[in-house]
Formats: sequence, C-alpha cells, structure tokens
Amino acid sequence: MVTRGFRGRGSGGDGSNRIPPGQHLVENFPVLSAGPTPSVEPSDWTFTVKIGPKPVKVWDWSAFNALPKTKMTRDIHCVTSWSKLDTTWEGVLVEDILADAGLERPTDFVLAHSYDGYSTNVPLADLLSGKAMVALNYAGKPLPRDHGGPARLLVPHLYFWKSAKWVNALQFTTRDEAGFWELRGYHMYGDPWRQQRYTND
Amino acid sequence: MTENLAQTVPWQSCVITEIVQQTPGIKSFFLRLSKPFAHVAGQHVDVRLTAPDGYSAMRSYSIASWAISSPTIELAIERLPDGEVSQFFHDVAVIGDEIELRGPLGGHFLWPELAIEPVLLIGAGSGLVPLMAMIRQRRALSQVVPTALLLSARTAEDVLFSEELHSVEISDPAFVLALAITREKPIRASDYARRIDGVMVKEILAQLHGKPTQVFVCGSNGFVNVATDGALLAGLDPSIIKTERYGG
Ligand SMILES: Cc1cc2nc3c(=O)[nH]c(=O)nc-3n(C[C@H](O)[C@H](O)[C@H](O)COP(=O)(O)OP(=O)(O)OC[C@H]3O[C@@H](n4cnc5c(N)ncnc54)[C@H](O)[C@@H]3O)c2cc1C
Repeated sequence: MVTRGFRGRGSGGDGSNRIPPGQHLVENFPVLSAGPTPSVEPSDWTFTVKIGPKPVKVWDWSAFNALPKTKMTRDIHCVTSWSKLDTTWEGVLVEDILADAGLERPTDFVLAHSYDGYSTNVPLADLLSGKAMVALNYAGKPLPRDHGGPARLLVPHLYFWKSAKWVNALQFTTRDEAGFWELRGYHMYGDPWRQQRYTND
Repeated sequence: MTENLAQTVPWQSCVITEIVQQTPGIKSFFLRLSKPFAHVAGQHVDVRLTAPDGYSAMRSYSIASWAISSPTIELAIERLPDGEVSQFFHDVAVIGDEIELRGPLGGHFLWPELAIEPVLLIGAGSGLVPLMAMIRQRRALSQVVPTALLLSARTAEDVLFSEELHSVEISDPAFVLALAITREKPIRASDYARRIDGVMVKEILAQLHGKPTQVFVCGSNGFVNVATDGALLAGLDPSIIKTERYGG
C-alpha cells in the first residue's frame, strides 16, 4: 500500500543493498534496553561458561583480557528499524572462549545472560566460525556502559537484541530456550533479512 | 496477549479520523482500525509508510488510548527535526489518509494485570504516551492502586495531556501528579523547577503511601538514564524498574 504524500528521505544508493527490508540507516548509535543501565566495574566483573546449571569455567577481567583478541567491522540491525553500517569492535571470539574452557559443542543451543537479569537465546552455530564475539571495545575505545560495557555479546548477523549488553555468562542448553524478549513476543531466531521481528514472523 | 503469541500479528490499514495539536511539538492522531484489537496499556504499534518507488519506513509508536472496546486508537507523535516519519505525520498527513500498521506489540512495558501495590510512572515529552495509556486503563477499570506520575517538560505548554492529567489529579485521591519544569518557573508551588533527581523521587514516594513494586520510565535514552539514576538514588531496586527508550 502506497502512503499518500510519502516520499521518504531516500537514503542515497550507497549501502542500500546492505540494509535489510524495513530498516533505515542511522549515523548515531541509538540506545534501547528494558531496565536501568547497570554499572559494573571491571574489577568486579566475571564471565562464566556453564553447561546447564553447572559452571565450567569463570574468568575475571584480567584473565578474560588475556584471551586472544579479534577485530570485526560489521553492519548492525536493530528490531526498532535502525541499521548502522561499518561498526568496529574488538573482543574475544566465542570459539576462543570455548577453547580456553576446553569445550567444543556440548549442546546445540546457548542462552546468554547479563548482569541485569537479561537473557537471549542463540543457536551455537550462530556463535562460531568468527560470527560472534564478546566485545570489549567499540570504535577503538572501551565499550561505554550505555552500549553494554564493560562487555557485550556481539552477534551482528541477527537483530541486535541478540547481542546481549552487560553479558556475564554463556549457558549451554539442550533445547532452544527462549530468553527475555523471546518470552515477550519477539522471534526465537531474529534474522533481519527475513524480518523475523515478532513471534511467528 | 498470549493469543497473539500463537500467530503473526498482521499488518492492517487504518484511517486517520482526527488530528489534534496537543502541544507545540506533539500532535495526536486518531486512527480507525480495520481489524480492531484489544491491548494492554504500555503496548505499541509499528507503523509502515510506503513511497511510490516501494521504499518503506517503519517506526514504533506507543498507544496513548485505552478502551475496552473501540475500533479507534490514539497515537501522539512528537515532531523531530529531520525526522522522516514524524515529519510526515505532522506536515503531510490529513484526516481521511490511510496508514498501515500492526499491533498490539510489546510484552514487557505493561500495566500490571493485578494492580494492587503502588506504581510510580516517570516520563518526559512524548514518553508520557504509554504512561497515559496506563493512567487511562487504571481509570477505565476504576482501579484504586496508588499511582504517582512524575513528568518532566521544558515548559508548562509542553506538558502533553495537561488538562486531563490535572482533572485526574483533582478527582482521584490515589493519584499524585508532580511536574518537573526545566526551562521556566513552574506555575504550581508543588511542582519542581529542575531536572529529575533522587531527592525529587524520594519526595514523590513519600506521597505514595507505600513503596512501589513497579516503576515505569519512558522517554529519550538520556532522560531515562537521568530518571533511573534518580529512582536508584531514592532507594528503589533496579529489578522493579522497567524502561522504554525511544532510541536516540
Ligand atoms: C517502543 C517505542 C515506542 C515509541 N513511541 C513513541 C511515541 O509514542 N511517540 C513518539 O513521538 N515517538 C515514539 N517512539 C519513537 C519513534 O519510533 C521514532 O523513533 C521517532 O518518531 C523518530 O522517527 P522519525 O522517522 O521522525 O525520525 P528519524 O528519521 O528516525 O530521525 C531521528 C532523529 O535522528 C536524526 N537523523 C537520523 N538520521 C538522519 C539522517 N540520515 N539525516 C538527518 N537526520 C537524521 C533526525 O534529525 C531526527 O531528529 C517510540 C519508539 C519506540 C522504540
């Protein structure tokens, strides 16, 4: 349905084949989250990998920072319809975290957990092969609190609610278990190219 | 709610039946749905505008209205400088235009089903919209749960739904209204002439007769951070605070 009188800002050819349907380009970096912004000092920060309820390994800030670091430049897409191109990140790839914990593929599904009680589910396959990291830096600087600092999950090929801010654990689950937004009407997988915004889209 | 989860929320076309200039920057748009739905206060719709060349723009807007059965919903949209969709609504849209939307959406920022314990609402600008739906739902269901609204605005004329809020305040002893006016002297002695802070939240809580078990904060990200800092300084637990950030 064409909307009478609407032309659109016309985001200019460049990059438009990189913008999924229903998304628009932004230059700024909007902030969205379901509760107050937690304040976590690196000195208090820990990161845990669990299988079910059982912790397998816990890192503190310096041990985690001693893991191999990787840089990534990626386009990101938020379900509220903004996309941002060429964002630059540095952090630890999920496969490097698992290697340090001595794990390969304990199960096929992962729930990421955060300091504020947030959680989100991602299939393990979507976290491996260089697709995802726990990011510590954004645009060459320590990740700001508003964007999930000290550390957030980064899964840029899925809608950005999957990139859990203030992440503090990855938990392997036997089934694909819904996280915070997935229990509240959002899609279990969240592929922006298939517009998987809400449950059953 | 749960029945929505069973299937896709469909797009539908609706018609603008009324437009009201509410404040210098905010207009209300009344939309008659072709497929009426029931919603919980706090939910939003996604609006999709499509250009002749197929380009489309989508944005979320909270539902301001609440009614047990009405095919018409109200959105209140703030005009942003260079805003692609908000400027279309303010400058181009007229009564009779068809608009495409889907809803109701959102399963987190919701007025509680059993509203018994005190509730604190904090908003700024168009961030009042979902909170207003809550105030309207509470009234429509004759709920007596103590509820306070702390509302920040630049000037008195920027206060959205001002008349309605003042009339609820006068007629309902369990409803507390406090304005934080940041750019001019407030008219009422009970209002504040500064940004929201911990002391202010504490003073509002003292009027609520009991600690709130739910706090809803809505507005721009900058505002939400200031307001939640205030709520935390006033001793509220982060786990009871729900936020809706309008991006930016
Ligand atoms: C759940 C939810 C509920 C919401 N409810 C409401 C509501 O009830 N009322 C309401 O008014 N809003 C609401 N919003 C915000 C709304 O969705 C839009 O973000 C808002 O209306 C701005 O959209 P826009 O198209 O007008 O502006 P955009 O075009 O998205 O621009 C936003 C701002 O960024 C700047 N900008 C961005 N890109 C460019 C560019 N390329 N060139 C120039 N400038 C640019 C613009 O100057 C503008 O000020 C809600 C948001 C969410 C997530």
